[in-house]
Amino acid sequence: MRPFDYRRMADLQPVDQPGDRLIAGGTNLLDLMKLDVEAPRRLLDISRAGQDRITEHEGGLRIGALVTNADCAADPRIRADYPLLAKAILAGASPQLRNKATTGGNLCQRTRCQYFMATDTRCNKRQPGSGCDALQGVNRNHAILGTSEACIATYPGDMAVALTALDATVEVLGQGGTRLIPVAEFHRLPGDDPARDNVLRDDEVITGVTLPEPVAGRQIYRKIRDRSSYAFALVSVGAVIKLREDRIARVALAFGGLAHKPWRDPQTEAILTGQPPSPALFDQAADALLAKAKGRGGNDFKIALARRALAAVLTEATEE
Amino acid sequence: MATTSATLDVNGEAREFQGDPRQTLLDFLRLDLKLTGTKKGCDHGQCGACTVMVNGRRINSCLSLAIMHDGDQITTIEGIGTPENLAAIQRAFVSHDGFQCGYCTPGQICSATAMLKELADGWPSAVTEAVADTPAPSDEELRERMSGNLCRCGAYSNIIAAIREVMQSEEGA
Ligand SMILES: Cc1cc2nc3c(=O)[nH]c(=O)nc-3n(C[C@H](O)[C@H](O)[C@H](O)COP(=O)(O)OP(=O)(O)OC[C@H]3O[C@@H](n4cnc5c(N)ncnc54)[C@H](O)[C@@H]3O)c2cc1C
Ligand code: SF4
Ligand code: FES
Ligand code: FES
Repeated sequence: MRPFDYRRMADLQPVDQPGDRLIAGGTNLLDLMKLDVEAPRRLLDISRAGQDRITEHEGGLRIGALVTNADCAADPRIRADYPLLAKAILAGASPQLRNKATTGGNLCQRTRCQYFMATDTRCNKRQPGSGCDALQGVNRNHAILGTSEACIATYPGDMAVALTALDATVEVLGQGGTRLIPVAEFHRLPGDDPARDNVLRDDEVITGVTLPEPVAGRQIYRKIRDRSSYAFALVSVGAVIKLREDRIARVALAFGGLAHKPWRDPQTEAILTGQPPSPALFDQAADALLAKAKGRGGNDFKIALARRALAAVLTEATEE
Repeated sequence: MATTSATLDVNGEAREFQGDPRQTLLDFLRLDLKLTGTKKGCDHGQCGACTVMVNGRRINSCLSLAIMHDGDQITTIEGIGTPENLAAIQRAFVSHDGFQCGYCTPGQICSATAMLKELADGWPSAVTEAVADTPAPSDEELRERMSGNLCRCGAYSNIIAAIREVMQSEEGA
């Protein structure tokens, strides 16, 4: 690990010095600093900077940036009205990690691409312009949607997939004031600038996440992975589905493990909306979702897996 | 101003941390305080061998900086019980053969101790059928809740048996 200065922050403020880096739970940043993938010159410890409460907000809830994943998933209001969020968080990491992981840090966690995490490889995200060893390499856990020739990494988190399906909003504070960013627009596609995971500007900090009023319907999180606990998703689906008179009245679907961001596809949702559920309809929805999917060898299986995961979730959500 | 020190309460004793902010809580416990009960397995949050409790909550001490714990109460395996005075969970691990080599055991025991509190507080887990309900303490629940602690010797079923014994004796008490 490279040497750094350390400073405790009493509140959340915009970052004003280049080379300064926020540390919250530390579970992702310290991991990457040990690997020399991250080398901040100064750490600003925000773990006691407040913003550690869940409060009522415009008919919904506001989750402070420093609320831990464990506290969020244990909150009675989250469990009752946003079970999808509790389930997605509980499907991630381990109890020990969730006790440290924070809402803001979880959103900003970096990819688990193994080339990104090893400094003796070429990686455009870690070292812009060096190339991408994943394209021809071991790319089993890589993206099939929205990739570029510069980067095929996935956003690895679970919580943000649920937040995307729940239409949540990220609240950020910068030198210019507060900005509200829908979670669906917080992470970005790699394009020719994979070094940037999300749209946060250098001076901006996340202060919280807001959830809109609870909506009716079944909420499901299905995560498929190599072992049944303590592993990242190969494919995951977060769904909020409401039936009326045997038809799908409302549907929100977000996917993890498929892209550089939680993936939401309006066309897939439009195909399902207003229709009576059937295997043929679910197939049609999967066709739309995966029309532009591209495997790179190791991850070809994700195309079939995503189709089956979608069918399983839609079946579960629409059966009596 | 850069901060370079912290005071931690480790197993009930005030301990000064002073120096390089790169030091993890795990290395501070093992190298500076010579509390070598806490083990280093992976050093990357992947195994749970380094599990300690901070203010009653279990965390991986390898992914936390000592300097970030100013004022925190740290409980390590040495604070849970001693060879002369074993805690109930430690006795249960012995009587159920909840280990073979023993390397993962301090982490398992710290983790189990905090886990029982989480369960008593009604926290749900990934296998809780309806997350809004109070979870039932099934074996499936216990296994999921202990999944942050790997055991290369595969003592898992005996670990669950040891935890179950402690739960039952607490119920009886
Ligand atoms: C072994 C292992 C398994 C895991 N498995 C899963 C899994 O299955 N699913 C899953 O979703 N996650 C998983 N994780 C990742 C874990 O969820 C993240 O490490 C955690 O959520 C990060 O939160 P943190 O508070 O510790 O972030 P930190 O490590 O403190 O910070 C991470 C990043 O966020 C930035 N940051 C932190 N707070 C803010 C803020 N308020 N505003 C702006 N930037 C901020 C930091 O500067 C840093 O760049 C796993 C991690 C490990 C080590
Ligand atoms: S996929 Fe992205 S993160 Fe992985 S090696 Fe290529 S550029 Fe780096
Ligand atoms: S040593 Fe900390 S989790 Fe493995
Ligand atoms: S007893 Fe050997 S690793 Fe668990």
